[in-house]
Amino acid sequence: MNILVCISHVPDTTTKVKFSENNTKLDTAGVQWVINPWDELSLTRALELRDDPATGVKKVSVAHIGTANTEPTIRKALAIGADDAYRVNTEAIDAYQVAAELAEVVKNGAFDIILCGIESSDHNGSNVGGMLAEFLEYPSVSGISHLSVEQGNVFITREIDGGKQKLNLPVPFVGVVQKGIAKEPRIAAMRGIMQARTKPINVSEPMAAEAKCSTLNFEPPEPKADCRFIDPENPKELITILQNEAKVI
Amino acid sequence: MSVVVFTENWDGAFKKQSFEIATYAAKLAEMLQTDPIAISIGNVAEEELKKLGNYGIKKVVSVTDDKLKHFDGQLYTKAIADIAGKESAKVLVLANNNCGKALAPRLSVRLKAAICSAVHELPESVDPFVIKKRVFSGNAISRNELKTETKILTLAQNSIDIEEKPETVVIEAFTPEMGDLSSSIQVQETEKQTGKILLTDAEIVVSGGRGMKSSDNWAPLEELADLLDAATACSRPVSDEGWRPHEEHTGQTGKIVAPNVYFAIGISGATQHLAGVSSSKYIVAINNDKDAPIFEAAQYGIVGDAAKILPQLVEAVKELKSS
Ligand SMILES: Cc1cc2nc3c(=O)[nH]c(=O)nc-3n(C[C@H](O)[C@H](O)[C@H](O)COP(=O)(O)OP(=O)(O)OC[C@H]3O[C@@H](n4cnc5c(N)ncnc54)[C@H](O)[C@@H]3O)c2cc1C
Ligand SMILES: Nc1ncnc2c1ncn2[C@@H]1O[C@H](COP(=O)(O)O)[C@@H](O)[C@H]1O
Repeated sequence: MNILVCISHVPDTTTKVKFSENNTKLDTAGVQWVINPWDELSLTRALELRDDPATGVKKVSVAHIGTANTEPTIRKALAIGADDAYRVNTEAIDAYQVAAELAEVVKNGAFDIILCGIESSDHNGSNVGGMLAEFLEYPSVSGISHLSVEQGNVFITREIDGGKQKLNLPVPFVGVVQKGIAKEPRIAAMRGIMQARTKPINVSEPMAAEAKCSTLNFEPPEPKADCRFIDPENPKELITILQNEAKVI
Repeated sequence: MSVVVFTENWDGAFKKQSFEIATYAAKLAEMLQTDPIAISIGNVAEEELKKLGNYGIKKVVSVTDDKLKHFDGQLYTKAIADIAGKESAKVLVLANNNCGKALAPRLSVRLKAAICSAVHELPESVDPFVIKKRVFSGNAISRNELKTETKILTLAQNSIDIEEKPETVVIEAFTPEMGDLSSSIQVQETEKQTGKILLTDAEIVVSGGRGMKSSDNWAPLEELADLLDAATACSRPVSDEGWRPHEEHTGQTGKIVAPNVYFAIGISGATQHLAGVSSSKYIVAINNDKDAPIFEAAQYGIVGDAAKILPQLVEAVKELKSS
């Protein structure tokens, strides 16, 4: 059984985002790129499963849609422990185009479980996983908070609105993961970093999928009034304000 | 032509979210000079379906197919896409919750429709169709143009006020053409959270951070939450320490919530924490460090010791309730 983890790369959350070209593009100067936190966690879980012989998971690959300058992100995933990588050589424009390109990678490979994160922390889309499943006409399970495999049988816990559900399903399928899938992301060890240099990255040219959505420009978030401080000797005042002025309790 | 909205039900009943998206669909339909139509999947009594008419919905298409008993993204997508086609949907609206997040992207591919997720307001124009959304974890807003004939939106919770607009609503039963499509998902166990307000549903959230000092100090926080009909939450270190269950952690790697009020008690306000709570209408911060970054995100603040202030807030709410 093989697992494919789709990874996006995003600016580290603590990056002060700035825009260029009349606020139409992210100003990438000084941006620290990281593997999207959710994808790092899916990768961690996939590797845990591979490293346990009882699961039947043999190989973990990663896939990324991006140009050559995103390769350090892929190398990082390989250093953490992925066996190989697939990159489609094109700029990621919108979720539709990314999912269409990923679908080609899946169709040309042999993957049983395809994992995506719930969202990219840059454009906060939450779209690629579901789109990929529909392009492939695979079942999908979203909101996965636990994934285990026992001799090739998949067991999942997903969060639904109002509770949790335990389920199983046959492969292949697309899983969209969220919190709980792994506790701490696995970190690359020195040996992993050395090995990553020789692990294969399969680069393919895009099928030129069309984007459906375009970002016209970026704006700063809504301005916020200064915090109004309430006398710590009289916290009741807070409750009065929330009731009478903000009218929220 | 129409605006079609998928109104999910919970054991046969609608929730505030359902009426929010119905209100949104009605307003959007007005902008497009067309009618808002709701889709309901599952067994929902006629009385309940009719409630959607209070918020401007003119027709409810109700699907009760047994194949759709358990949530399966692939099958639900087929059913909703069929109805969107039949009603010539111009825009399809879903809630930005677990279910909506699972369906909207699948529908986007099936209907070849551009999507904008977690929108918090109506489009600024419908021709061209331009709509805003928050990006970079709330640190910026993007203006997006959706260029396809059909468009899909998911609406962030608590982002618009429910508005009554009574309409006589027509209820129409519909059986989607499922063919040999059937669910491969075997549900073994469903655990519903009962008696407690769900974090992602809550209008008020009371959340504690490392400044609460230990798991033993949570009683007044829970009491305050109880009195306010609020859900409880926490920062990541708190759940990592095991002081609180993992389900409660909010932030970039936890739950994303947008209640009317978020009480951040003993939480410093790290970017990763704010990423999950910055869409709250009001943030109230209680922290003994006046320079804590949480005060930059908060509308109301008290600089002081949480252990002293929490019991006083509990008292104040009790007084309010008894008066
Ligand atoms: C990739 C990544 C993802 C992350 N994701 C998340 C996430 O999803 N959610 C999250 O929460 N964090 C996340 N973090 C961690 C985040 O960076 C912070 O470390 C964390 O939010 C801090 O939690 P805290 O505010 O409870 O603790 P601290 O930062 O330790 O703050 C405690 C606060 O309590 C105050 N305090 C102390 N004593 C008292 C008292 N007696 N009364 C009142 N106030 C008091 C202090 O002044 C301080 O401001 C993430 C980090 C990384 C690197
Ligand atoms: N450029 C990309 N290459 C590969 N996978 C991606 C890419 N962008 C997004 N993904 C995957 O889709 C998930 C959700 O992203 P999004 O829909 O962009 O919020 C991410 O967690 C990744 O698993």
